[in-house]
Order: sequence, then structure tokens, then C-alpha cells
Amino acid sequence: MKILVVDDFSTMRRIIKGLLHELGYNNIEEADDGNTALPMLRANSYDFLITDWNMPGMTGLDLLKNVRADGKLAKLPILMVTAEAKREQIVEAAQAGVNGYVVKPFTANTLKEKMDKIFERLASVAQG
Amino acid sequence: MAEKDTSTEGYLVRARELVAHLEAGNVERADTLLETLSGMRESTLFQELGRLTRTLHEALTSFQMDSRLGRLAEQDIPDAHDRLRYVVAKTEEAAHRTLKAVEDSIPLAKRLEQRAVAHQQQWEKFLRREMDIQEFRSLTHSLREFLAAVIADSTNLSRNLSDVLMAQEYQDLTGQVINRVIRVVQEVETSLVDMIRVVGLRAHSGERSTGAEAKTRLEGPQIDPKKPDVVANQDDVDTLLSSLGF
Repeated sequence: MKILVVDDFSTMRRIIKGLLHELGYNNIEEADDGNTALPMLRANSYDFLITDWNMPGMTGLDLLKNVRADGKLAKLPILMVTAEAKREQIVEAAQAGVNGYVVKPFTANTLKEKMDKIFERLASVAQG
Repeated sequence: MAEKDTSTEGYLVRARELVAHLEAGNVERADTLLETLSGMRESTLFQELGRLTRTLHEALTSFQMDSRLGRLAEQDIPDAHDRLRYVVAKTEEAAHRTLKAVEDSIPLAKRLEQRAVAHQQQWEKFLRREMDIQEFRSLTHSLREFLAAVIADSTNLSRNLSDVLMAQEYQDLTGQVINRVIRVVQEVETSLVDMIRVVGLRAHSGERSTGAEAKTRLEGPQIDPKKPDVVANQDDVDTLLSSLGF
């Protein structure tokens, strides 16, 4: 399981990375905004994307839209972890095709729960 | 009063009167009229002087205000930038320091737990009298090593915990800096309101932003979770998403 974590704050990347380690995910790479992340996603094969929303350069929402518009990447599961907490923003992210949405501040348990739920859904879609 | 009539028409009427009196040889009347005319000239002068004084006063007042704004723009705002950068740097440093201490501690705690569990199992085996003398001998050696390791690891754990404690000093420092920046922002606000008042514009509080602007703007962390258009916690997010079929 190879995961890309995108956040402009290095501390937040470090926290998410630490939590993912605890959950048993050890193959993790980092990017600091959508502009850095997108070429990485295109050049390598990742199994999961965790992204912040509000970042300089390309925002997480634009990254999400770019991934969904890219034939090769379109099916990549994406979890948004962000401080953006307006209802219309969550609806906007859902419409853009996000797989899960976690608001900051969050706990290790929430992250695990959301990731598990996404994988469960993907498994049931694959079977069905 | 006719004497205070300083319009061109007023002058003209009196000038014609003056000429008429002079032609008629009525010198006394002509003198009186001349006095009236020069009086009119003086009152115009005073009015003009008054207007100039007022303009000068306003210019001086607005100059004072300009210099306040100037100071804000040239010194206080760049200073606030530097201060906020300091806050970002300090909080980042504190977060990394804390994270390092925690990351260093987690394996220590895990190792202690694993070794304690292993020794507990051995000890239980001994209590059940299922252990031969050879095994017991190796258990005593291993226990001795384990206790030494517990001392070393827990010393390191304590050191890491006090480092976490010390890293929290940033709150005091950054809190002070942020309070200063808030004061600058308030001063800018007051100056702008004063200027708007002088210029004569009205601040329409209802026209802060259009709906389109508000929609695309990213707001970052919500400070007031009670706002109606904002989710209060992860449960709200989950409820909203499940209502959308997630």
C-alpha cells in the first residue's frame, strides 16, 4: 500500500505520517501542494491519496478534480483532511468525487475509521 | 442688510449710486458710500480668510491622520508580517520538537511493553513450576538485563516528556506576539474608519462580500463552530456525507 500525503504544513504531514505508521502503513511519500503532487501521482503508482484543501499553488480540491479528470488516476481513492468546515465546501468536495472527508483537528481513530470505510466500500464495489 | 450684500450686483448698485452722487456734487453722500464699499470689501476678505483658515486646519488634521496611516503602512504592517512569520516559525519549531520527542518515545514504550510481556510469561511459567533449572538461570540473567533496560529506557522517556513540556513555551511567546498584531490591526481599522468618515463615504456593513466571492474563498480553521453554515465536528461531516449517499 503506497500512500501520498499532501499538505503545505510539514508538521501536519509528519503527524499524518506518524498516524499511518501506527496503522501499519509504511510506504508513504509527501508533497506540499497539488502542483508537486500531481506529477508524482502521474509518474508513480499510488494506492491512496490523503490531501489537505487549502494550500498555495494548487489546492486540494483542484488536485482532486485533476485526478478525477485523468484517465489513469481517475479511480485513485482520495481522503480529504482539512480545516475547511463549511457545509457547502463538504458538498463541493463530495460532488468533485472525494472518497472521504475528515475535518481538522482530528484523531487517530477518525483517520483509521475513514480509511477502513473507504477500503470496505472499494472492496464491495469491486465484488459487486 | 444692504451693507452686507457683497455680490457683484451689490457693488454695481453702489458704484452707480456713487457716480450719481459725485456728478450731482453730493460729496457727503459719496463719502458715506465709499466707506460702505470698503466695509463690504473687508467683510469679503474676512470670509475668505476664514475659509482659508478652515482649509488649512483640515489639511493639518488630515496630514496628522496621513502620518498615522503612513506609520502603519511603512512600519507597523511590515513589522506585523515579521511578527507573524516569527509565530509560524516558532509554532513549527515547537511542533517538530514535540513530534521528535514523541517519535523517539513510541519505540521505547513499545520495546518496554514487549520485553515486559515476554518476562511476565516466563515468570508465570516459573510460578506454575514448569521451569527447569537451566531455563530459570537464563531467566534470572534476562531479568537482570531487562531491569537495567527499564531504567535506561524510562530515563529516556522522562527526558523526552520534559522536552515535550518545554516545547510548549511557544504558546506564551506567540500569544504575546499575536496580541500585538491584533492591536496593529485594530489601529488600522480605526484609521480607515476615520478616513472614510472624513472622505464622507458611508460604510455599508451589509455589502462586505458577494455570494460568489464567499463561495470560492477558503477560510481555514473555523473559530466559531456555532455558525449555521459550518459543521461543528466530524460527526456532522459524516451525517452530511451520508445524506449525500456516502
